[in-house]
Amino acid sequence: MPQSAEKILDHAPLFREPEYRQMLAEKKLNFECPHPDQIVTDQGEFTKTWEYREKNLAREALVINPAKACQPLGAVFAAAGFERTMSFVHGSQGCVAYYRSHLSRHFKEPASAVSSSMTEDAAVFGGLKNLVDGLANTYQLYDPKMIAVSTTCMAEVIGDDLHSFIENAKDEKSVPRDFDVPFAHTPAFVGSHVDGYDGMLKGILEHFWKGQERTEAKGTINVIPGFDGFCVGNNRELKRLLDVMGVSYTFIQDASDQFDTPSDGEYRMYDGGTKIEEVKRALDAEATVSLQYYNTRKTLDYCGQVGQATASFHYPLGVQATDEFLMKISALSGKEIPEAIRLERGRLIDAMADSQSWLHGKKYAIYGDPDFVYAMARFVMETGGEPTHCLATNGTSAWEAELKELLASSPFGKDAQVWAGKDLWAMRSLLFTEPVDLLIGNSYGKYLERDTGTPLIRLTFPIFDRHHHHRFALMGYQGGLRVLTTILDKIFDKLDRETSQTGVTDYSYDLTR
Amino acid sequence: MSLEYENDGALHAKLIEEVLSQYPDKAAKRRKKHLSIAKSGVEAGGESEILSECDVKSNIKSIPGVMTIRGCAYAGSKGVVWGPVKDMVHISHGPVGCGQYSWSQRRNYYVGTTGIDTFGTMQFTSDFQEKDIVFGGDKKLEQIIDEIEVLFPLNNGITVQSECPIGLIGDDTEAVSRKKAKEYKKTIVPVRCEGFRGVSQSLGHHIANDAIRDWVFDKKDVEFEAGAYDVNVIGDYNIGGDAWASRILLEEIGLRVVGNWSGDATLAEIERAPKAKLNLIHCYRSMNYICRHMEEKYGVAWMEYNFFGPSQIETSLRNIAKHFGPEIEEKTEKVIAKYRPLVDAVISKYRPRLEGNTVMLYVGGLRPRHVITAYEDLGMVIVGTGYEFGHNDDYQRTSHYVKNGTLIYDDVTGYELEKFIEGVRPNLVGSGIKEKYPVQKMGIPFRQMHSWDYSGPYHGYDGFAIFARDVDLAINNPVWDLYQAPWKERPPSGRAIAAE
Repeated sequence: MPQSAEKILDHAPLFREPEYRQMLAEKKLNFECPHPDQIVTDQGEFTKTWEYREKNLAREALVINPAKACQPLGAVFAAAGFERTMSFVHGSQGCVAYYRSHLSRHFKEPASAVSSSMTEDAAVFGGLKNLVDGLANTYQLYDPKMIAVSTTCMAEVIGDDLHSFIENAKDEKSVPRDFDVPFAHTPAFVGSHVDGYDGMLKGILEHFWKGQERTEAKGTINVIPGFDGFCVGNNRELKRLLDVMGVSYTFIQDASDQFDTPSDGEYRMYDGGTKIEEVKRALDAEATVSLQYYNTRKTLDYCGQVGQATASFHYPLGVQATDEFLMKISALSGKEIPEAIRLERGRLIDAMADSQSWLHGKKYAIYGDPDFVYAMARFVMETGGEPTHCLATNGTSAWEAELKELLASSPFGKDAQVWAGKDLWAMRSLLFTEPVDLLIGNSYGKYLERDTGTPLIRLTFPIFDRHHHHRFALMGYQGGLRVLTTILDKIFDKLDRETSQTGVTDYSYDLTR
Repeated sequence: MSLEYENDGALHAKLIEEVLSQYPDKAAKRRKKHLSIAKSGVEAGGESEILSECDVKSNIKSIPGVMTIRGCAYAGSKGVVWGPVKDMVHISHGPVGCGQYSWSQRRNYYVGTTGIDTFGTMQFTSDFQEKDIVFGGDKKLEQIIDEIEVLFPLNNGITVQSECPIGLIGDDTEAVSRKKAKEYKKTIVPVRCEGFRGVSQSLGHHIANDAIRDWVFDKKDVEFEAGAYDVNVIGDYNIGGDAWASRILLEEIGLRVVGNWSGDATLAEIERAPKAKLNLIHCYRSMNYICRHMEEKYGVAWMEYNFFGPSQIETSLRNIAKHFGPEIEEKTEKVIAKYRPLVDAVISKYRPRLEGNTVMLYVGGLRPRHVITAYEDLGMVIVGTGYEFGHNDDYQRTSHYVKNGTLIYDDVTGYELEKFIEGVRPNLVGSGIKEKYPVQKMGIPFRQMHSWDYSGPYHGYDGFAIFARDVDLAINNPVWDLYQAPWKERPPSGRAIAAE
């Protein structure tokens, strides 16, 4: 009997005990009707070949292990960045359970959102009644300052019109006439979560800015972060930098407190976020700066239309991207970059110089959202690394072209390949046929690490199987230090593991590296 | 090891009244029917003793805008019933999200080479684009099946798990499945589990069960030498290895588990099921339909059992053995005796650390009732329980488990659950990922009772030891005493007990 009260074995060791191994072997043999071992081994080997890669990359219809989610997830995340705002997703209710779970598993935090719980009758007659009743219930139960409405694909397919539905709900007194109910149509069959973010953000800005008089406040800047699983660390770091510079800014869509509430006995359904008054005033800003261009294309267009100057970045991380960000902010705000920040920059450079020998020439595969991949590829090249495979399932051809231009600008990018629209099963073939030293991505990459043996560094959403990484900044010079250290730890841990066999490899088990 | 206690019905009635007062009238009227206090029921002894009545409305539509915790039919079919069948490729047919959010989240353990002969922790999606909505996705589905056959030739079948748009745009996934099944001589199962069907996961289970009946049974000649002690385990999804910790016991008492549905299952195990002598059903809610069908059509009897906690395990093993006669009964007594020292050691270690602690549950399927006695075996008290997607027959079965005064909540809303937990202040809450963090913020220990909080198994004797350890480590961790800053009132209670 493997189990005992003194030393309780859970799944990982328990099923390695002989009783269970034998039981599972017999189950397979007697009841599973498996393929012969040799055939399985052969097929496994075949998947590592160039021939399989070609078939794999030739796929046109089937998507396997994509690195993207659907629009409403981005909308729910966007709404979480505003003061006392409840997300209301119009359509089937199961979707909302999924968004909430997905966000909670990453942030290890509550994630609130409600659904209009449409079922078959609503599919036939439309979901107006659901929205009218739903808004009334949400308003009364959850005491929000704003309800941000987005849609599931069900509501989109049947063509429910949010604008007229919300007007109807106000007519029926679900919420007071002057209560803020911004909305965005977020069809899951168009784009990805980054577009849902864009749509919801634009919806919120339009709701507050449309028809309002704009009086430009010189030198003030709006900052929009984009969909970012590291918003907790990043937003706080960026605000610190802007404060150090003395910039007059509004952080629009700030979920850093919402997804990092303290444990002190009180459950805060709402915490932090951009205040509604701030959003209204943000119309007057001289400029709006997006930290992630591919998350905010429509929003930036709109900001331009109301007369603001706009600028955008690709997840400002590492040295040159942070330089550019700060210089742009300095130019827009008229504030100098203070000496303290120059020293921070110097400390990051110092760290990179200290470690350069371990990083030079390392090959990387990088996947994630378009802006993140761009940022990581750029930083990797700054450390002397080579971004061999750059993949974004939700990357467009414009992204591909822009990234290729970046890669062409550095000798470290000359062998890099850009994979727009491909998924992680394609990445598996890439890693087998053109291996790299390190894989940068999220938790889903662990299956690639298992299959191909490429060490995985988790640096982007979602991270389910490691805790608290998102609480630390990746952006800015401080963030650069964090990224640098994370990469180095992975390299050193691997080296130690490979050199730790007593009397065999441990001559290289160096105390100092 | 029955534990005698009664819950504070008056407090619970007051809490119900308070939450209802916060709803708009129309919603309050509807929610009222889902909330109740278990009342002392029929006095009787024996197995079917009814401890109390749990009289609530269930399995009806959730109210819009209240933050129901429920999922959808797709979650019930792909997520629960079909997803764990390991040697088939399950296509999430429609937009990318559904498959993405449910990817690898239920911890249905299996053995196999993923991507080669098994496909459990993979996300296959047709990633619908606007043109697929406009022009239909049937052609795309055909092409997807072709591509699967090229890249994953060792798959033993395919299921097509329909997401919301499929039913709305009028695609004929049945016709595509039929055509392609013929072409490849493979089992291809279309499942009409669009998320808008029904009121929760529950209809998805039913539709998935029906798909087994209509698209798997009697479709192939199943070569199989049936034996006198053949059983199927139905409704064990092998979460954290639950089905394995159960199988080992059933084999020890002399039975042959010829199919496990659907954790760690292959299609062959599903196909041969009608040849077994008995269906043992653990999650009644998600798989009773197919058991009833197998009984009607193939004469396979079925019985429910409960492998959570030693009291129920012993009772269940004896009931199962009774079905097979003296030889199995004799072995069963030996197995119970063999594990008794483990049970005694686990209980004597953990009961003193947990005795009298109160628990609130809110889960799905079978757990709101099945796990109650496991807690009671550790001396703990269940003060409230409820189902995400239970039906009337679940609540009837719950009456055999809960004590007088227990708070009962069906399809609870986020608001209600928060207020109930605040009002009751239990020592532990067992529910899901969406509930975990709000509860912990309040300073109340929590265990996820869907995923076993990444631990498990919890079934069987081996699982009970893990369950006891996990409950102890949740409740007796020192962090709960650190919530108050010392300069802000209340010193720590010193309740934590170090792990042994």
